[in-house]
Amino acid sequence: MSRTITIDPVTRIEGHSKITIHLDDEGKVNDARFHVTQFRGFEKFCEGRPFYEMPSLMARTCGICPVSHLVAGAKACDDILAVRLPDAAIMLRKIMNLSQIIQSHALSFFYLSSPDILLGLDSPVQDRNLGGIVKANPELAKNGILLRKFGQKIIELLGGKRIHPSWVIAGGVSTKLTEEQRKTMLGWIPEALKAIQWTLDTVKPLLENFREEMRTFGNFPSLFMGLVNENNELEHYSGKLRIVDSVGNIIADKLDPQKYFEYIEEKVEPWTFMKFPYYKPLGPDQGSYRVGPLARLNIIDRCGTPLADQEWAEFRDLERGAVLSSFHYHFARLIEILYGIEKIKMLLDDEKILSTHFRAYAEPNNFEGVGVSEAPRGTLIHHYKINEQGLITWANMIIATGHNNQAMNKGILQAAKHFIKHDKLTEGMTNRVEAVIRCYDPCLSCSTHAVGKMPMKIQLVNSCNEIIDELIKN
Amino acid sequence: MVTTGKKVKTFIIDGKDVSGTEDQTVIEVCRENNIEIPTLCHLEGLAEVGACRLCLVEIKGSNKLLPACVTKVHEGMEVITASEGLKKYRIKILELFFSERNHICSVCVSNGICELQNLAQRLGMTHVHYPYLFPKFDVDASHERFVLDNNRCILCTRCVRVCDEIEGAHTWDIMGRGIESMVITDLNKPWGESESCTSCGKCVAVCPTGALVEKYKNAVDKSFMYKKDKLKFLPYLTTMREVKNEQS
Ligand code: FES
Repeated sequence: MSRTITIDPVTRIEGHSKITIHLDDEGKVNDARFHVTQFRGFEKFCEGRPFYEMPSLMARTCGICPVSHLVAGAKACDDILAVRLPDAAIMLRKIMNLSQIIQSHALSFFYLSSPDILLGLDSPVQDRNLGGIVKANPELAKNGILLRKFGQKIIELLGGKRIHPSWVIAGGVSTKLTEEQRKTMLGWIPEALKAIQWTLDTVKPLLENFREEMRTFGNFPSLFMGLVNENNELEHYSGKLRIVDSVGNIIADKLDPQKYFEYIEEKVEPWTFMKFPYYKPLGPDQGSYRVGPLARLNIIDRCGTPLADQEWAEFRDLERGAVLSSFHYHFARLIEILYGIEKIKMLLDDEKILSTHFRAYAEPNNFEGVGVSEAPRGTLIHHYKINEQGLITWANMIIATGHNNQAMNKGILQAAKHFIKHDKLTEGMTNRVEAVIRCYDPCLSCSTHAVGKMPMKIQLVNSCNEIIDELIKN
Repeated sequence: MVTTGKKVKTFIIDGKDVSGTEDQTVIEVCRENNIEIPTLCHLEGLAEVGACRLCLVEIKGSNKLLPACVTKVHEGMEVITASEGLKKYRIKILELFFSERNHICSVCVSNGICELQNLAQRLGMTHVHYPYLFPKFDVDASHERFVLDNNRCILCTRCVRVCDEIEGAHTWDIMGRGIESMVITDLNKPWGESESCTSCGKCVAVCPTGALVEKYKNAVDKSFMYKKDKLKFLPYLTTMREVKNEQS
């Protein structure tokens, strides 16, 4: 009699979902599915809205990474306007985007994942949170808070408010950077740099304790996709898309992000609202890829900033070819925080950033626009179509968590196969399955474009679809 | 403002002795005496319609609340502008505005410079206790420079009045009844096809919310001049009315 285990809800990730683990007749794990059962239909309700409202409207898909949607949305609008952005606008948007990545990575690592790493996956649930970290390693907690604040403070300084700023607009940004603002931000850099370097030094040795997880945590061959700049360095705002395979070979390079629909297709499954995008030429199975920090560090030739490059060299030494274990997403996030801080400093040091040209004015010159950027969790695609009046007639978004959908399912299956040996659910086992998902830091409200919260639990279901065990987590 | 040839009335507002001429409304005297009364449909320089009911005041001896913008002053009247009851009513009126259309400040182009939003904040509206109606209105972006979004209209009719009384075009009017009413251009033609519209932008300038806005612009835009410069625009309206009054 085969059975299904359902994990419902997955705690400590942004958004809500359910996992079912299907057992075969012998009680062995046969299949694992990550269900997303909510649906928000953001694309539907922007129909009929003026296109230039889209960046801030789309920013509402997500309370965690609004800036990413603002940026991708604004880029899609730039495309509709068919303008060349002033340098200062690009640089300022880059700073905003990097700050978003820093603060989101800090949230993901320090608040959500570091309890697992520092205290271990089998430590009591009540300790595995930021409170537990404060007790066990106050310095780590302090640095986490500092880094998150660093990102938030820059967003606030530029955009006026921390969440949902409307400073990034079609054609550029809405205000000039002042010398004073620049000085303030530069003043925050040394402290942030120190915090991330300390964290890297502290956390790297700890990762050694997770040999088994590294092998079994979403460690499987897949493609990786992300943006790279013209020098094939780490890029989060402009550049072209690159895809590498699990050995590290580049299988597609300099793909025009504007034409994503020519090489990315989305598959739909009846049991989840989240679609499965894949690289068209290789088909739905072979063509499934991962995005996000791990993917970005796997596809580049170098980071492009001195300190991050040193760390990146260590990262690449973890495995031959591409780094495959999803567990290394955590390390990758820390490297990206370091890169982000260095890069922000480089951008701020450039005099051009103070230019009074920070916005291009135009009326719509295209009926269609695509905007692609790297959000904390991976490549983000916004695509709009408008009518003669400039009102939206159609919109599509492919969100980072969507790209990773297939990989998350594969990862859960792998972890379940390894850790679930009997048809009983134990806290440690289910935690490992959940931890796999947390590696991807999935943002489910974005990826299904869905509002509201949904409870979740773990279920074990047999071949006749009967629930034989259940674990409800709050 | 005391003008010769007009009778002066003395009366009391919130316990304070005040005076005004017989043709003045309660709101005018209040403003002259720095007594704050929230208003939305009232705009100095335009005819009063008493549409929004936010300026309701209590008058001793009357068993109903009266809108200060259309109530003329009279000798010996006693006006109360800020009783606990009035405050509650005003918040309820605001809540009804919010529930009637799709006022989603966070994604609105007028976020931060909207009179409805400002009032809600100022009067301490914390929740909307009425079910939202979520009506579906199409956006009219057919005009070259401006956009009409009935989703954000509060039917104050400032646009209708400014277009008729100041610009003299009377492009705007109200169609329908009750909460189904909506502002239309010409005989409900798309704005871009209106023959009477002179594209002067006065309607956009006086609109208190994001219902009438400049195309491609939003509140963070420096060049969102029509809305932001409302204060500069108001004296112009007053002057225009004075000129008109002198002519008639
Ligand atoms: S201001 Fe008096 S009713 Fe609107």
